[in-house]
Amino acid sequence: MKTLPVADAVAMIPDGASLMIGGFMGVGSPEPVLDEIVRQGKHKLTVIANDTAVPGRGIGKLVGAELVAKTIASHIGLNPETQKQMIAGKMHVDLVPQGTLIERIRAGGYGLGGVLTPTGVGTVVEEGKQRIEVNGKSYLLETALRADFALVHAFLADYLGNLSYSLTGRNFNPVIAMAADKVIVTAEHIVPVGVIAPDQVVTPGPLVDVLVAHG
Amino acid sequence: MTAMDAQTIIAKRIAQELRSGMLVNLGIGIPTLVANYVPSGIHVFFQSENGLIGTGPMPEHGMEDPYLTDAGGRPVSALPGACAFDSATSFGLIRGGHVDMTVLGGLEVDAQGRLANWVIPGKMVPGMGGAMDLVSGAKRVVIAMQHTAKGKPKILKKCTLPLTSVRPIDLVVSEMAVIAFPDGRATLIETAPGVTVAQVMAATEAALVVPGDVPAMRL
Repeated sequence: MKTLPVADAVAMIPDGASLMIGGFMGVGSPEPVLDEIVRQGKHKLTVIANDTAVPGRGIGKLVGAELVAKTIASHIGLNPETQKQMIAGKMHVDLVPQGTLIERIRAGGYGLGGVLTPTGVGTVVEEGKQRIEVNGKSYLLETALRADFALVHAFLADYLGNLSYSLTGRNFNPVIAMAADKVIVTAEHIVPVGVIAPDQVVTPGPLVDVLVAHG
Repeated sequence: MTAMDAQTIIAKRIAQELRSGMLVNLGIGIPTLVANYVPSGIHVFFQSENGLIGTGPMPEHGMEDPYLTDAGGRPVSALPGACAFDSATSFGLIRGGHVDMTVLGGLEVDAQGRLANWVIPGKMVPGMGGAMDLVSGAKRVVIAMQHTAKGKPKILKKCTLPLTSVRPIDLVVSEMAVIAFPDGRATLIETAPGVTVAQVMAATEAALVVPGDVPAMRL
């Protein structure tokens, strides 16, 4: 693991990259990294996240700067900018049920080809997907998702990259940390090794590629 | 109609469905109000799908924790015994049948109890969020909605909007009636105080099974 200033961490991200971003309505999002992506003007990005937050917060900053070409999310209802760009054809949006989205990401991180879920059977979500019967019950085959980068926000990170989270700031963060080629982390507090007890570590340090130093 | 407004009638009546020990997920809108009417002596666990069991009321001004929020991102508190988890666990609880009851809003419900509540194509495309998983996976699905929209019935022979799930919901509670779906047939269970069976039928497009005796809601 490397510790880098935020500008150097974001410089690793090329235009057109796919990014999994932690956060639920902006809670638990890596704000310093998102601010720096806007500053460096990375564009044609694919964003995979629960939602696009609200304008000016979390992923909403990337949307507001028109840096996102494609979004895979479960909810965009609280960001009118996302809806506007979707209707104008500037951004492609794939809407995925929340439980299906997180399982597709989990599958991507856990080495699985996909998951079978009853969610969406018989609805528009089924279109173009394989339906599979198991023990008399119908499921959809939902394929795994991975990304070039996971942008994670933790509450505590130690010098080796072990991470723990706080309350509802956890959300997608530990799951995306498994499912990307490079994992970039911001933390509310960076602490010495040992402060996070082994049983309290949620994301093991070896998963983390870059810990963003405080500015 | 009594002096009580529609939302209050709906929330109070649904709160009577709560039983001690239940794990309950409340959707946004009228469902959120159910938490205000938990009967005394009943202890339930509220799940917030962004990763919390034990969601409590909004804290006093100045006491908010930026990492303690509801699914809309608003500050909440956590009750003693609360626990936090990631989104995969949260939806494992939902899809895995560990959530005893969910209360959701509704746009349309059909005669068999199938729900449409997530999109109005061309008009309102917010995304389904957790709604499809909740309807597919919760043990009991209760819909909190006004009986009509701009005078038009919302309980229809067939939904005109895209379905949320093909799994039928269990109960609709409106400001006019309680309707259940035993054997896949819309059945009038209760009427609101001051509302007649004929009024409910007139405001409902789906054919209603009406038992001989339909009691009034006890609010």
